Amino acid sequence: MLHYIFKRILIMIPTLLLISMLVFLLIELPPGDYLESYIAELQMQGETVDPQHIEFLRKEYGLDKPVLERYVLWIYGMTHGDFGYSFEYQMPVSRVVGDRMFLTTLLSVSTIIFTWLVAFPIGIYSATHQYSWGDYGLTFIGLIGLATPNFLLALVLLYLANIWFGTSIGGIMDPEFLNQPMSWAKLKSILSHLWIPVIVIGTSGTAGMIRRLRANLLDELQKQYVITARAKGLHPFRSLMKYPLRMSLNFFIADIGNILPNIISGSVLVAIVLSLETTGPVLVAALQSQDMYLAGSFMMFLATLSVVGVLVSDIALAILDPRIRLQGGSTK
Amino acid sequence: MNREKTPPSEAETEHFVSQAPFDLQSIEQLSEDQEKLYLASQWTLMWWKFKRHRLAVVSGLFLIALYLSVLISEFLAPYNLHSRHVDHIYAPPQAIHLFHDGSFVGPFVYATNFKLDMTNLSRVYTENRTKIYPIRFLCRGDDYKLWGQFESNLHLFCPAEGSTLFLLGTDRLGRDVLSRIIYGARISLTISLLGVTVTFLLGITFGGIAGYYGGVVDLVIQRIIEVIQSLPTIPLWLVLAAIMPVTWSPLLVYFGITIILGLLDWTGLARAVRSKLLSLREEDYVLAAQLMGATPRRIIGRHLIPGFMSHLIASATISIPTMILGETALSFLKLGLRPPITSWGVLLVEAQNINVVVLYPWLMLPVVPVIMVIIAFSFLGDGLRDAADPYK
Repeated sequence: MLHYIFKRILIMIPTLLLISMLVFLLIELPPGDYLESYIAELQMQGETVDPQHIEFLRKEYGLDKPVLERYVLWIYGMTHGDFGYSFEYQMPVSRVVGDRMFLTTLLSVSTIIFTWLVAFPIGIYSATHQYSWGDYGLTFIGLIGLATPNFLLALVLLYLANIWFGTSIGGIMDPEFLNQPMSWAKLKSILSHLWIPVIVIGTSGTAGMIRRLRANLLDELQKQYVITARAKGLHPFRSLMKYPLRMSLNFFIADIGNILPNIISGSVLVAIVLSLETTGPVLVAALQSQDMYLAGSFMMFLATLSVVGVLVSDIALAILDPRIRLQGGSTK
Repeated sequence: MNREKTPPSEAETEHFVSQAPFDLQSIEQLSEDQEKLYLASQWTLMWWKFKRHRLAVVSGLFLIALYLSVLISEFLAPYNLHSRHVDHIYAPPQAIHLFHDGSFVGPFVYATNFKLDMTNLSRVYTENRTKIYPIRFLCRGDDYKLWGQFESNLHLFCPAEGSTLFLLGTDRLGRDVLSRIIYGARISLTISLLGVTVTFLLGITFGGIAGYYGGVVDLVIQRIIEVIQSLPTIPLWLVLAAIMPVTWSPLLVYFGITIILGLLDWTGLARAVRSKLLSLREEDYVLAAQLMGATPRRIIGRHLIPGFMSHLIASATISIPTMILGETALSFLKLGLRPPITSWGVLLVEAQNINVVVLYPWLMLPVVPVIMVIIAFSFLGDGLRDAADPYK
């Protein structure tokens, strides 16, 4: 078991390295850099630009160095907790990211739990009542959830929440708690706002999961051991709970790997619409102003979050399903 | 127990011998239906199987109709894409009526009265029930150039002279939302097709290379696919869209977006191609073809590609909804398409803030075709996937 986990973590390293290369390449690709757009902005406001000052800044941020050297420096810094410096915010990236990282993780984890809670009973119902009206109806609702663009659903829910519950519009907490230390009141405020993004992000993932769970359970239910169990007179409920469900439970955990990247990318979009204090809005702003270290670190963070999520699901799966341990390979 | 129903005892039965001549092939003889089934080509079998999935057939027809409508958007839309109606800004949808004062008139709309409410600073439109404007069909309206070639002004339907016909309301510039949705279909529907083409090219190339060469090449490509799949898509789309220079013309941006959507979507297809290639290579019919001396080119072209093409088409159909949603999301964030190019996503930019939801909810209507198209593609994809393997 330990051997498997160790091997699985080792595989993660080249993956993350590849991702970091890709991310760095992407944030390097746009022509020009932050300083150029900074100069243009200053000139537009009619201010004079001191070339010496710019030269100083360029040296200070290492923008004059070749690309490869900057990449190595960036990677080296990240392994030591230094994520670079944000031009836009004039402070280290780690300080910009810190709080938002926590909220993004909280949002993603709550969304996964929501997805499970909804998808699990519905998936079982749909599989055991195949081709019933309930099955069709639930599939249809799921499809609509899948098809509605997240951002629009977010807007409508926001409006309804405001009318029905008086939740303040936008943000993940009431405004007075911003930049306050963590407290019970703040947590309560966060939780009362959290459900909208959780539902919005969760809908599309839930629909997909219900369909996959249904298909999976249906396959299991047609197997001969189920027929044997039924033939021997086992109660239908028990013959469902005892084996087929346990088998599809494995799949359930493996599916985290599938939905997690979706959830994280969905959270970016929804966060922008709802102006949540998560990573999304900052990422978009950073991309637009070419604040490259900030954008790069955010991308890295989001990618790492999903890679680690897949790792966790793989390990959980290995604990639950001995066959995977014996094969020793990754599950995907 | 009734005595009559039991079979007669042995003594009473006569020995029966059939007088018909014995037919050697009687067991192997096929009924007409069976013969048809066994002689049908793979594509025919798929078609039969596909036809049984009613929802998929209906969705397919719906989508075909939509794609055909894209060719004649100018004719179908009552107004032009950019024609403004300054007197009707943020006008709500007008209802079509059939009866006036209890008598049948045919489809018509009532006149609208406009008043500026100075206390709320809002425009108030009310229906004027005294004046009726019947809708005209196959009539002359705004001028347009069909396919940029033929000048015309014929429309399927248009308002009566001197009246307006905003079935889905107007936006902040007084442009007809329905017309804009009809025109937007052009971009939204084609962008996903072009994106899928990019996906297809990339997926078949990389999947084919990985499956054909195997070994180290396969390993590297598999790893790259894994990396791309573990990345959250929307942030990646954002980064890629941000790379496109602001100076690009809207048309160039349009092609840029299709490539971006395709660039991230090919991984699933490449995996399918690879695994199908690997498993089909071991099939008996491939071995038979090899033994008969078929060239690799013939084997791949004649036996392998038809074998997995159906799967590829099915999986490509399933990936189209993601593309439509992706385009919508990018345009919504103003990182995607820009006016004057109008897609459903660009239309939804208007619905970006909460005011619209409260005051002008009809601006959210472009989401309806988005949902319908996505659901139709999902059903169609389901049907195609089931049909792709007709021997199951």
